[in-house]
Amino acid sequence: MNLKINNEYVLALVAVVLGLLAGGILMLVAKNNPIEGFIYLFRGGLMSLERIGNTLATATPLIFTGLSVAFAFRTGLFNIGAAGQMLIGGLCAIAIGLTFAWPKPLLLTVMLVAAMIGGGLWASLSGWLKAKFNVHEVVSTIMMNWIAYWTVYYVVPRYFKGDFMETESRRIPYEASLKVPWLTDLFNGSYINLGIFLAIIFVIIIAFILNRTTLGYELKAVGFNRHAAETAGINVNRSVILAMTIAGALAGLGGATFYVGYASNMQIGVLPSHGFDGIAVALLGANSPGGVLGAAVFFGLLHTGKGFMNAMTNIPPEIADTIIATIIYFSATSILIQRYWEKLKKKLGGAK
Amino acid sequence: MLSIILVIFPYAIAYTIPLLITALGGLHSERSGVVNIGLEGLMVIGMFTGALVISQLEMSFPGTAIWIGLLAAFIAGAVFSLLHAFACITLNANQVISGIAINMIAGALTTYLARNITGSGNIQIVHGLGRQNIPVLSDIPILGKLFFTMSYPTTWVVVGILIISWFILYRRPFGLRLRACGEHPHAADSAGINVYLMRYIAVMISGAFAGLGGAIVIVTYSGEFNGTAAGLGFLALAALIFGQWKPLGILGATLFFGFASTVANVSQVIPALAVIPGIILKTFPYIFTLIALVIFSKSTQAPRALGEPYDKGKR
Repeated sequence: MNLKINNEYVLALVAVVLGLLAGGILMLVAKNNPIEGFIYLFRGGLMSLERIGNTLATATPLIFTGLSVAFAFRTGLFNIGAAGQMLIGGLCAIAIGLTFAWPKPLLLTVMLVAAMIGGGLWASLSGWLKAKFNVHEVVSTIMMNWIAYWTVYYVVPRYFKGDFMETESRRIPYEASLKVPWLTDLFNGSYINLGIFLAIIFVIIIAFILNRTTLGYELKAVGFNRHAAETAGINVNRSVILAMTIAGALAGLGGATFYVGYASNMQIGVLPSHGFDGIAVALLGANSPGGVLGAAVFFGLLHTGKGFMNAMTNIPPEIADTIIATIIYFSATSILIQRYWEKLKKKLGGAK
Repeated sequence: MLSIILVIFPYAIAYTIPLLITALGGLHSERSGVVNIGLEGLMVIGMFTGALVISQLEMSFPGTAIWIGLLAAFIAGAVFSLLHAFACITLNANQVISGIAINMIAGALTTYLARNITGSGNIQIVHGLGRQNIPVLSDIPILGKLFFTMSYPTTWVVVGILIISWFILYRRPFGLRLRACGEHPHAADSAGINVYLMRYIAVMISGAFAGLGGAIVIVTYSGEFNGTAAGLGFLALAALIFGQWKPLGILGATLFFGFASTVANVSQVIPALAVIPGIILKTFPYIFTLIALVIFSKSTQAPRALGEPYDKGKR
């Protein structure tokens, strides 16, 4: 039997199992029955239409940040600035939503386009620094994350201060929200919003760009081998900037789906966790758009179920974050799993 | 103006010191060739351990509890960084992804444990470290007032570590070997240096220093663990890059960043400082780091083999 384990999906699955196992051990540490804990965790994300809606709503920004990171990965770039791009995208959307009183379809369209442009331009700076000055995008996107964090920290209270709280913006009006009554009613009052459809559309668009267009081919070629791509006549600098811009636009849209979809205002002093969670989503989804969709829904499930689990047992809700973090670690160290598999195969082969 | 400087100076120093020690930790790791963006998470580990140990011991050992807590944080940081070292050095994993995992695990795990221990996600300590005047030196005009009056003992510990680090990195064989591993690991290997071991030691030093940095935050100005280092670890990373991977550069960068942040933080209380908008003061460390990267892009002082896993068989 010549079964190879370099199948990325198998490795991702092993990482998930190990992550859940680590979560189980932690539940034991907290003197709880892990099986019971997991049952509540999954029931909390699935047991009613409302909760399924919440799972999808929680997954929506993760789909976007996951797509953003995965798209950048495929083009040879590491975008760890999705959190900052999300903040800027969300800020652009909130700013327009709070400023203009237009009919809902027009307002939402403009807000979403603004979020894409905001996130895209924010990230394009990192792409430009990489192309022009060879500044590593990991470092520049980290810096851009914190520049975005402090920008929101000072801009929101100054121009969009909430009525009661200094630390958040005003609530957006109904016209500016991605939530629509028919969808909310369909899922019995959940947070679900139009963002989920947008996310699915973009999963398809990104898959199409990557697999079916010259642009996608060129970007991937640059990702595989920069020098070979250059020799083949591809404008590498343009590709790097373009890839970063698209990744940023995706994260910016994710910001819109979070701040004007899932939430209804913007809080300051928080770097959204979706940026780093997006890296986990991309890794787990093997950097393919379809995989990202699945991984994001799975993480959405964990995040939605943790509250219910916490209410039914006394397991702290951070268990979900710990599981996700452990999954990233095991994705990064998947070579270990590969090595063990090879050893196991040799043993089995020797026994024959 | 001088009086304002005298007022904010102790705060600025208090804010600078954890940054300095954490960035120094990062220096060791990155000089040996291992990227460590897990500094933020390692600080959180130090904050958690420090706050936990001190809150448990301070009733029975009022004075010494703080120092035991700092030591515990130092050790906990070193132990936790083994996760990063194992992934990056033994398994040749992607160092950036591993660092991100470290950050996420640290934040989630410590809050999880804190909730189990205290019920809330926070751990408070009752007594922080006291400020002291250094005898004789504090009587020097101006300088004495600035540096030797009302300073935390931890400040002097960190300054001591800075001097020792510089001495070891640049004046002892160990430091030369460590830096060689980050510049050209194959050459270092053929000179008989165990690259894997050196990198393990360097990453553990970074963990220990970052852990200490986190605990210093707890015992000086914060007093409470709440599951996050609020970006201090990333600011330390920026200082490491802005300081071009050199101890004195890092000292300058952290002082610079520490002052900017302090001015931004106190400008609401001291109107004279409000001339520069907070957004500029808070974002400028990151903007300056980006500018520095552009300026030094042709002549960067970054270790040559930074981020490259060492593979013995590859030539």
